[in-house]
Amino acid sequence: MESRFRVLLLISVLSLGLQGCGVFGGNKQQSASDEPAATPSPAEKPVIEPQVERRKITTPKIKSSDFELGAYGGILGIEDFGSNFVYGARLAYHLTEDFFLEGTYGRSRAGKTSYEQLSGSAQLLTDSQRNYWYYAVDAGWNILPGEVFIGRNHAYNSAFYIVAGAGRTDFADDKKWTVNWGVGYRVLANDWIACHFDFRDYLFTSDITGKKKTVNNLEAGLGLSFFF
Amino acid sequence: MARWLVLLVLQFLAITVAQGASEHRQLVVADPYLELHTGPGRGYPVFYVAERGVTVDVIKQRTDWYLVSVAHREGWVSREQMMATLEVTGQPADLKEPTLADLATRRWEGGVMLGDFGGASLISIFLGYGISQHLSAELTVSDALGNISNQELATLGLVHTFAPEWRLSPYFGVGAGYIHTSPSATLVQVRDRTDQIGYAQVGVRMYLTRRFLARAEYRNNSIFTSRNNNEAADEWKAGFAFFF
Repeated sequence: MESRFRVLLLISVLSLGLQGCGVFGGNKQQSASDEPAATPSPAEKPVIEPQVERRKITTPKIKSSDFELGAYGGILGIEDFGSNFVYGARLAYHLTEDFFLEGTYGRSRAGKTSYEQLSGSAQLLTDSQRNYWYYAVDAGWNILPGEVFIGRNHAYNSAFYIVAGAGRTDFADDKKWTVNWGVGYRVLANDWIACHFDFRDYLFTSDITGKKKTVNNLEAGLGLSFFF
Repeated sequence: MARWLVLLVLQFLAITVAQGASEHRQLVVADPYLELHTGPGRGYPVFYVAERGVTVDVIKQRTDWYLVSVAHREGWVSREQMMATLEVTGQPADLKEPTLADLATRRWEGGVMLGDFGGASLISIFLGYGISQHLSAELTVSDALGNISNQELATLGLVHTFAPEWRLSPYFGVGAGYIHTSPSATLVQVRDRTDQIGYAQVGVRMYLTRRFLARAEYRNNSIFTSRNNNEAADEWKAGFAFFF
């Protein structure tokens, strides 16, 4: 038992010693580089060499968390093709407390037009042509920042924001220049997790149903995002 | 044997913890007080005040606001107030934001632009790498969506900024890449094709604030088709960029 304690003590001393050596080794190197090139003459040499080591202070960098990455899901009403599930991802970059830039990618699938449903067999689009996806780049403005209260003891930061931008929609084997605008509501659970409620309107011109017209595809979604 | 290993690991852990004591930047309040807001915005109420001489931990930054921790409370402090704090060494807090001078020596620049490409609506995303103060390499990916046909472009070019130290500076560039053309409407009989494209560009860049810029440019594009005649397309666009 005693020998076991002795071995333990020896290991401790050895590990401390090794670390100590590392520290001293490092300091020696540093002091060597700090020494002036020419050695002073014995007359100039002070009687007592000051053994002051320069304190090395490292200041940790302040992390910035201006980016926000999130996912959302909701309902997208594709004009003439019914309302369908939509899901996507968003990346936002907060420029100031008021303004942000945002990129969105979303996917959905179109349903059947009322004509297709009534006629029974007629198909306007093939199965693969019903795949719907879009991307958009938006500028956003936190127009009404504030706090929400849940009960007596909980307050959460929030913001009501408006966005507008442009992008592309791929639908029915065609690519459409798409402009969008929307409103949203962001509630922060803590300083890095946020819940979103978004409403967007995507507009593009389409002639899928025969006549060229501007379609409004309205989207309502719930999302979760993380600041980093 | 197992007990020794555990002891050794514990000892090692104790030493590492002691060495990395504070991971956050510490600053000392130098003004009469430092106001902690409940949120990162000018309207959020002040819920705590740290007095002069108190050391605070700076956890993170979001836009112009800093999340600080003091006396087991966390709150957001505006940049103006943080500028008046001191480092633990006694020097003024070093919370420099990028300036126009940093733009000249930037490494990366990225942004988004909207515009017109030969009559089609254009959306472009670009990423630039600063080779020197004047010269940078830029990769641009664009979508041009028109009534008759849609085009996807990817180009790589060299950009020469005339005066990087000026707030407003013209720039010039040349580059080349690929353009993929596909029919827009089902009625138009255009076959998909991919051609090479070359361009010369001229633009103007304006420094806005912090790390943000506005840019506007014109590109004269030549599309090298496999047919007898090459095509030309004018491209106008303007947008927003930031640098790192």
